[in-house]
Amino acid sequence: MVNTNKTKKNNREDLEKIGIQIDADETTDTAEEEDDDNEEEDIKQPAKIRKKQNNRKSSKPSDEDEDNSDEDTKLKARNNRRRLPVQNGIRKNKNDKDDESDEEKSTDTAKNSRTKARNKDNGKGEESDDNSELEGENKKTRKNPVHNNNRNNRNNANKRQKDEDNKKVKQANSRGNRKGEKDNGKDKKKKGKSSSSSSSSSDSEDTLSEGELAKVLEEVEEKKMLIAAIRTKAWRMKRKLTTLKESQEFVEKFEGALGKGKGRKFYAYKVMMMKKWIKFKRDFENFKTSCIPWEMKIKEIESHFGSSVASYFIFLRWLYGINLVLFSLTFGLVVIPEVLMGLPYGSIPRKTVPRKEQPTAMDFSVLWEFGGYIKYSALFYGYYNNERMIGVFKYRLPLSYFMVGVGSFGYSLMVVIRTMARNARENGIDGDDGDFNFSWKMFTSWDYLIGNPETADNKFASITTSFKESIVDEEESQKDENIHLRRFLIVLANFLIFCCLAGSGYLIFYVVKKSQTYSTLEELTWYQKNEIDIVMALLGMFVPPLFETIAGLENYHPRIALKWQLWRMFALFLGNLYTFLLALIDQVNAQLAEEESIKNKTLAMVNSFNFTNSTSESIPAIDPADFPRGPCWETGVGLEFTKLTVSDILVTYGSILVGDFLRALFVRFINYCWCWDLEYGFPSYTEFDISGNVLGLIFNQGMIWMGTFYSPGLIGINILRLLTSMYFQCWAVMCCNVPQSRVFKASGSNNFYMSLLLLILFLSLLPVIYTIMTFTPSFDCGPFSLAIYYLNATSKTYETANLELKRKMQMLRDEQKNRRNNKYTVNPMLQDLEDLLPNNANVNKPESNQIVIGKQPNEATRANGKHGKEMTLAPPPPRMVVTKPPNPRQVSHIPGQPRSGTPGSGPRRPSPGQSRH
Amino acid sequence: MGNKQTIFTDEQLDAYQDCTFFTRKEILRLHGRYHEMAPHIVPMDYTNEPDVKIPIQLITNMPELKENPFKEQIVKTFSEDGAGNLSFNDFVDMFSVLSEMAPRELKAIYAFKIYDFNTDNFICKSDLEKTLNKLTREELAPEEVTLVCEKVIEEADLDGDGKLNYPDFENMIGKAPDFLSTFHIRI
Repeated sequence: MVNTNKTKKNNREDLEKIGIQIDADETTDTAEEEDDDNEEEDIKQPAKIRKKQNNRKSSKPSDEDEDNSDEDTKLKARNNRRRLPVQNGIRKNKNDKDDESDEEKSTDTAKNSRTKARNKDNGKGEESDDNSELEGENKKTRKNPVHNNNRNNRNNANKRQKDEDNKKVKQANSRGNRKGEKDNGKDKKKKGKSSSSSSSSSDSEDTLSEGELAKVLEEVEEKKMLIAAIRTKAWRMKRKLTTLKESQEFVEKFEGALGKGKGRKFYAYKVMMMKKWIKFKRDFENFKTSCIPWEMKIKEIESHFGSSVASYFIFLRWLYGINLVLFSLTFGLVVIPEVLMGLPYGSIPRKTVPRKEQPTAMDFSVLWEFGGYIKYSALFYGYYNNERMIGVFKYRLPLSYFMVGVGSFGYSLMVVIRTMARNARENGIDGDDGDFNFSWKMFTSWDYLIGNPETADNKFASITTSFKESIVDEEESQKDENIHLRRFLIVLANFLIFCCLAGSGYLIFYVVKKSQTYSTLEELTWYQKNEIDIVMALLGMFVPPLFETIAGLENYHPRIALKWQLWRMFALFLGNLYTFLLALIDQVNAQLAEEESIKNKTLAMVNSFNFTNSTSESIPAIDPADFPRGPCWETGVGLEFTKLTVSDILVTYGSILVGDFLRALFVRFINYCWCWDLEYGFPSYTEFDISGNVLGLIFNQGMIWMGTFYSPGLIGINILRLLTSMYFQCWAVMCCNVPQSRVFKASGSNNFYMSLLLLILFLSLLPVIYTIMTFTPSFDCGPFSLAIYYLNATSKTYETANLELKRKMQMLRDEQKNRRNNKYTVNPMLQDLEDLLPNNANVNKPESNQIVIGKQPNEATRANGKHGKEMTLAPPPPRMVVTKPPNPRQVSHIPGQPRSGTPGSGPRRPSPGQSRH
Repeated sequence: MGNKQTIFTDEQLDAYQDCTFFTRKEILRLHGRYHEMAPHIVPMDYTNEPDVKIPIQLITNMPELKENPFKEQIVKTFSEDGAGNLSFNDFVDMFSVLSEMAPRELKAIYAFKIYDFNTDNFICKSDLEKTLNKLTREELAPEEVTLVCEKVIEEADLDGDGKLNYPDFENMIGKAPDFLSTFHIRI
């Protein structure tokens, strides 16, 4: 592909260089062709000579030289036979060519003149052997099997383009341009002649010299290149088809001739495989394009509304593609493995709805807000287990979770940047905007896609106005109006807009702060629950029109005004999003604090089980629904994003239904009985707001990128959203919108949208990275929870501590024995303790036992919480803890969980108490 | 599929795919469109390459071209006889050039031909006036038209000969941000 591109470019350059001479060369070109047949006889002689020279120069042994004359005569005969059909072909071609318009000729003549250049060198090459490179080229050209001047020239041109860097050739080119016409005609024909002869020689001789082989190979490559690039040639289709056929035949014929003996077989095999591969590639291409959805839908919209509205839908489709890849990544590598291979629902606390929420967990109102069963499903971060490997395949889920998170960002980044680069390449440099103002208007303002009369009318009108505007601009560019007033208005407008932005930011901040106070309340009204979303949606709906109104003050050119409007809306959305994020981070901080306490509580509880049970496997003894657990801030964040996305979807669809559909219905049907014309008067139908819709889409995507790490299900929701909005918006556009009166170009802003998307990608990457880096993951939920590892570690330290304890107890017992020997007043409790010791090492100190006796269960729990907090302040606790806290907690905690009707803990509990009596 | 095979041979389809920017399916669809414009003239079987042409009036009535102010010019540019009668080859060629995949250079060459009304290889003032009148449905005053045409030549004419030749045009159109997206017909 690179090669063809290069050729194309060279082609172009040449065209530019020679474009001016085009007309002059035209006539001679055709004349030459016609003379062709008449001059055949003259040509034979020089061809012979040259052939001989060729052979002399090639590395063949000299005895072959002698055969040459015989061979040549044979060849000539063969040529004559061969030439006939081809020449007919030429005659046919000639006819085509005659009516071909001038560009084609210009390309041809461009090539002709280059050939001329070469021809001149041919003459030289015959005399001087040192000019070996050019000579090589000469021989190449002589190899052409088909006696077709034009073809020949074209091939030469290709060759020339390939060797463009060759300085000699360039010199030759310039020399050639100065060369007269007559010689060219002759030379060319010589070549044409000799080419056919040598080609058939290569056909007849089984063994080819290496040089020739290389040449044939090169030529085959050329033909291949021609075949690949033929679609970009500005030729008539007929000519393309014939050229293609000829080239293909040539390639077919000579590809097999390359390589000898075993090599040939291999080569043939390779060629066959190449053919198969090309066929496969084409089939795959066909398949790929047939997979592109909504082609006809978009086409319909295009013809109705022009390319700008369609560009929105193409963007939507593009985003859908990206999301589909992200979706398959997350679902294929994270969600589905977890669902299939991970522990089932209800097996561990994080996968179970807490007891408190269970009665309402299936209520629609709860599910609607992604509470209940949905919250504790694989759609959210919290569900994932931190087991390092799951299932029979030893699938490393936490690793894959992380890698998918990184991978989806990486993929998005790559795709966006690649698309931007491609757009930039296609659109060229649109740097000097004002240089071709009128020319561009003249030649590119008509949108060839338009196929709807109404749109066409609008387009004509808008083109006319834009021309008039430009004329007025042009005339008025010299005289300036009241510049002070204008400046004042611009400043005023910007000030007002800034106020709006600040106001909306503050409003969101205020609402979020307020909603945090709600969390202490028990019963929340529907409004209180959704306040943030509602406020954000309302802001998104009403502020942009406000901006537009204010921007009216500025009186900018529509295109500039549009860019400003886009940037302002972008700032608004971004401000809202970041305020929302800040508030969310506050919430996370609060939850983290809460979590700390719960963590200690749970830890203590788990530890207590470790103590009561000699084996540490008693953790699942409690029903998972009853297990105390942290708030799991990650799930909280994911939940917020999901809710925001859903409310955004609803608001978008709602506004389409009300703002577009109902308005259209009203205008359409009330128009019969209204005092003025509604359709053309005030309410009218809505226009499709491209910029607003695209921005909405971009921000939605930003939210998906942000939220998807904490809520893998979000991307699935987004897929649904894009899918439905494709159909819904297509329908809405076709049924209730009118083509824009002021059609602006979308393509120029294509990369503008892309850069916005890129910016959003970075901006959404930031908070995700920030949260991952700064906040510790929840201890009891998600793939990165450390709870179990932590517990394992602590239980180990506790074990060692217990050993130590045992030793201490031993010492104590010895002491007591000694004391008993002295006095006989023995604490009965201590005696019990002694009895217990050999079986259970947990009971350690007399003081702690006393505490237990003195406390009611409830009080004990409360005390525990406090204790716990102190404990976590010193993270490596075991050593200091050993002496005191474990024991009281053990006893006190279990009563604190009255509903834990687990068989394990029930009988075990009384054991110390019984022994007390 | 079996039904489709009868329209073209596989070789023909491959050749068309090599020579255009279309896939097999699109070529078949194009044939369908071509056929439905003049069912009595155009045969369903194209394996032996019949020499059939559809007159310009039928072609310009296609919904894709109907609203285009330059439709006659487009069709004439792509017709082999210059009068606007399109054979199937020309028809495919036209939509291939106007398709999304065609490179800028190719599109520019044909755009130049389309806007060159009198086929003198230059876009001169009369061509520009015609273009402008077609674009605006002759709603601009004559002075405005001449002003715009002068402006265009002033902007784009590099060698100062008062008309645009192909390099001028190519240079100008190569920088146009909207050219690729507007010089495009989806079929």
